[in-house]
Amino acid sequence: MQSVHAPPSDDTRSYPGARRPDRNRRVDASGVSLAVYEWGTEDAPPLLLAHGGFDFAGTYDVFAPILADAGWRVVSWDQRGHGDSERSALYQWEADMRDAVAVLDSITMHRVPLVGHSKGGSLLTHVAGGIPHRVSAMVNMDGIPSRRAMPDVQDRDRTKLLASDLATWLDLRHGMADAVRKPGTIAELAARRGRMNPRLSTEWLEYLVTVGASREDDGWRWKIDPTLRMGGFGPWRPEWSLQRLADVSVPFLALLGTEQELMGFGTTVDDVRGFLPPGGRAVEVPDAGHFIHIEQPAVVAGMVLDHLDGVAA
Amino acid sequence: MTNASTTPTILRHNRIDLALWELRPGTGRPLLLLHGLGENASTGIRDEMETWEGPVHGLDFTGHGASSVATGGGYFCEILMADADIALQHLGSATVVGRGLGGYIALLIAGARPEQVRGAVILDGPGLHGGGPAPTSLDLNRPPHTGSTPDPVAMTELARDVRPPDYARTFAWQASALAEMDSVIAIGAVNRPPWLVEVASQPGVVECDLATALALFGRAPDASPRES
Repeated sequence: MQSVHAPPSDDTRSYPGARRPDRNRRVDASGVSLAVYEWGTEDAPPLLLAHGGFDFAGTYDVFAPILADAGWRVVSWDQRGHGDSERSALYQWEADMRDAVAVLDSITMHRVPLVGHSKGGSLLTHVAGGIPHRVSAMVNMDGIPSRRAMPDVQDRDRTKLLASDLATWLDLRHGMADAVRKPGTIAELAARRGRMNPRLSTEWLEYLVTVGASREDDGWRWKIDPTLRMGGFGPWRPEWSLQRLADVSVPFLALLGTEQELMGFGTTVDDVRGFLPPGGRAVEVPDAGHFIHIEQPAVVAGMVLDHLDGVAA
Repeated sequence: MTNASTTPTILRHNRIDLALWELRPGTGRPLLLLHGLGENASTGIRDEMETWEGPVHGLDFTGHGASSVATGGGYFCEILMADADIALQHLGSATVVGRGLGGYIALLIAGARPEQVRGAVILDGPGLHGGGPAPTSLDLNRPPHTGSTPDPVAMTELARDVRPPDYARTFAWQASALAEMDSVIAIGAVNRPPWLVEVASQPGVVECDLATALALFGRAPDASPRES
């Protein structure tokens, strides 16, 4: 029996407003098992929510419940190699898009709103142009690459390359099979993540460890596939994503943080203006960095809900 | 002369097992064959290779031949370049001959490993065009997951891989600048997708048939050790 004076167990943290999903299930995406999560009642109108690269659905533990409490069935998933989804041999943009379609297929064949952050926002913006008959509205939360970087998408963010970069990338692939993530305490993992997320609180980052890392004998490890790496190279260029933006035919809202930071795309309203689809809007969220929905969950959820007002079937 | 081996050497590339076949034995610098989209290692062997003194090896790319399938896909050309790099590490150095998709990969690996690739030959074959020089319309249909090769997901994804001419040019330029050979890339293909038109205009790139290219690269000395 535990003493009333015992310190809190090391494996739980709470965070104001955070709520784990109401339901979990799995979806098979061409042989890769994806972890799918739902907040809200099953008979509410569905909405698909996509996380950013190197995140996981649990990063929506505050944001998703606000949308759910406003009457939506919020469905999200861990992208392949992230969170509790299966690790795959290969990772690539179009494979991530087809995974998103597999999750969508598991919800409904009718139109649904799409909401995504960072890489997830860009991903769903492409999906909205690729299967317009399945989409009713789109909200992109700080997920529009411009001419600047797209740090959370591997292998796609650089056109210029040098022999040494290529050799480094190839050398890494020789040793990848044995890669494991470095173990640590909750505080250590939170501190490591904090370097990429300098605007987020320690309290939040430590909470994320308890939902996005697993506790093993030698400490906590982030669940993300250790073979996933940021950056890299490839023929892709950010302006191709801007061109996809113009394809979108449903009500479109882009929310952009004003404070530039490491994981952000550095895109401004001016960068986006020329590519907005008819009727589309790009709006700044003042005093917010890249993780706008974590810094200002109520404000951003309010903007999303306003945009979706009247969209539900 | 001994016969070609009937079982491949299995090489590990992250979570994939790659099959590298010795198609014909020999003594000297190996020839590494890279097949076209949907083909496999044995597709590319040709009469012109009979005069090549070294062994002739063929690599099955990920999702092809006896190599394993990347379940759920995610194929792109740089991954196949890394497949070729794993084979090169096993062989030491090689002259590379690629058909179609394999021709584009031959260019990439020649640019990425200029000391180890002693000449790359680009020939016609399936997948030479890729997805064109810029993105085209999206295709979000999900190809069937069969687990067999050639993997339908590989066929879909690698037929769409975008190949901008300026990207291909960087690899040609790098191969030519760093390989210390007068000619480093030979184009024996009749078809000329935009990336190959661009490569053809670069220094160190010649246009000739396979026999001429093999004679040219067969005479090329091995690279001097890299100073670090």
